[in-house]
Order: sequence, then C-alpha cells, then structure tokens
Amino acid sequence: MSERTRSPDVLDATGAAAPPRRNGELVFAAPWESRLFGLTMSLHEAGRFEWEEFRQLLMAEIGAWEEQHGVEAEYSYWERWRGALEKLLASRGLCSASELEARISAFAGRPSGHDH
Amino acid sequence: MGGHHHDSDDHGARDIAVRVEAIESLLAEKGLVDPATIDEIVRYYEEDVGPLNGARVVARAWIDSGYKERLLNNATAAIAELGFGGPAGEHMVVVENTPTVHNVVVCTLCSCYPWPVLGLPPTWYKSPAYRSRIVREPRRVLAELGLPLPDECDVRVWDSSAEVRYLVLPQRPAGTASWREEELAALVTRDSMIGTATPRPPDEPEHRE
Repeated sequence: MSERTRSPDVLDATGAAAPPRRNGELVFAAPWESRLFGLTMSLHEAGRFEWEEFRQLLMAEIGAWEEQHGVEAEYSYWERWRGALEKLLASRGLCSASELEARISAFAGRPSGHDH
Repeated sequence: MGGHHHDSDDHGARDIAVRVEAIESLLAEKGLVDPATIDEIVRYYEEDVGPLNGARVVARAWIDSGYKERLLNNATAAIAELGFGGPAGEHMVVVENTPTVHNVVVCTLCSCYPWPVLGLPPTWYKSPAYRSRIVREPRRVLAELGLPLPDECDVRVWDSSAEVRYLVLPQRPAGTASWREEELAALVTRDSMIGTATPRPPDEPEHRE
C-alpha cells in the first residue's frame, strides 16, 4: 500500500512527542496500542490531517498530564496518544465525542468475555 | 512504562481497549479507515522498520567473506541483495571496526538516518550535545555512553548526510565461531551499528533498554 508516503520520518522520533521504542523498534505493550498507532497512521496516510497538527495535540496532552501529575510521574504514552487522536477526530469532524461514547456504551453492553 | 493511573484521564486496560476498538469501528463504518490497511501498517512498522534488517546484514558479513567484501565496496547494492533498501536506505557506506579502529556515526547537519536498516534513532542521536561533542571529543562521549576504548584504538567519526549514510560493521564477538547467522544477528544491536556500543556478548540475554 501507499509506500510512497509511509516513512518513520513522520514520527520525529527524537522529539518530545516521540513514541517509546527499544533498540530502534516501536514498543507496544498491548494490542490496542498498536491498533491505535496503525489507525492514526492510516488516517494520516490518507491525508486526513497534517502530522504537525497531531503532534501539537499529542504534546498538549502530555503537557496537560504532566501539569496535573508532575513531570517525574510516569505516564502511559499511548493513553496520551489516544486522547490526542480523539480531539483530532472531533475537531476534524471525523468522529464526535457523543458518537464515540454511544459506540462504547453499545460495546460495553456486550456479553462479558467478548473480546472482538 | 506508566499506565498505572486510573483517574479520569486514564482508563483501565480493558476500558481503553474497548475505546480504541470503538474508534476503529466507527471510522471503518464511515469508510475513513480500512482494518486491512491498519494491519498492513502495523506489520510494516513491526517488521520492515527496525535494526533487525541491519543486524542481518552484519551477521551475513561475519559468516560470508565474499558478502563482506561486496558490502564494504558497495553497501547499497549488498544491502539490497538481502532485500532491504528504499529511499532512506540509499547511498549507504559501511565502515568496519577492527581491533585498532573504532567507527562511530553522527549526523551533524540534519536528520539523515538509515531507518530501513537501523530502525528508529535513539533519543540522543539528534540532540545538539551528541552531534557537536561526538565530533570534538568522541572518546569521552563514547566512554560516557558506556564504551570506553583503549588508547591504541583509533576513533573515526563519520558524518552522515543525504548523500552518504553510514553503517558500522562491528567486530564479531569472541566465542561465536560455531554460531549460525540468525543467532549472530540477535547479538547485533542498533547502537552497535551506530558505533556507540558493541554487540551483545554471546552469554548476555536480550535486555530492555
């Protein structure tokens, strides 16, 4: 697929908003983290937003968290990424907060043990 | 890694998994994302971008002297032999470490980085401190990074640019004479191919940075 636009350069991998990595590889601790990353990159590759726009939101999320908890506190990077993406989706009119909450409620009503 | 907070900003592990699933399902319904494309992107970042490709190049050079010769003469072509390359992997030059020469790579001007063979750069790679100091006082910086070098070892600093991107061929660790290529590749870290570390010793298991 669109290899021409796919490049880790976009990640600005040494900046303040750089993702966690180990020995040059992205580190995903749970399937939802890689899913979240993949769908964000997919929207970007499709030209739905400029990376800088997302990066600013991500840095704001991280900054807000640090303001609340202190800069020394560890935070979940992908949680902050999730917050930034939700704001981006709402501001771009791609998916509103109310739509999302409704879908989450619908999923939450599924029988327990349902994973997918 | 954090994620131990469950206040209003943070969700439990299951909650957030559901939340991300909800986002994907809504966007897929709207035709904004294709789950198969997401699969492909995740696979790409997990398998195609990473130092494993560079590690395979190094391991091949360790066991195959003909390959090593081709690699040192025309690195881009030799790396392409193994199927790695692309725009950020062009114009490669491989420099070989020996008992008397240690090579280290920096990019003083820009952000040139051969990610198809090295993966994502370490945080310090683009820092002004590393970029300026590794040129002026490489021995001291390498020692600070945990790689003290003997006096008799020459240090050569290579400045990558858009025209030339360097990869260090580290020395094969002692005690690996009978090792297979895949086993050797597992010893080759990203930092050993930048020249700020040596490969893992054969008796040291893979560890988290």
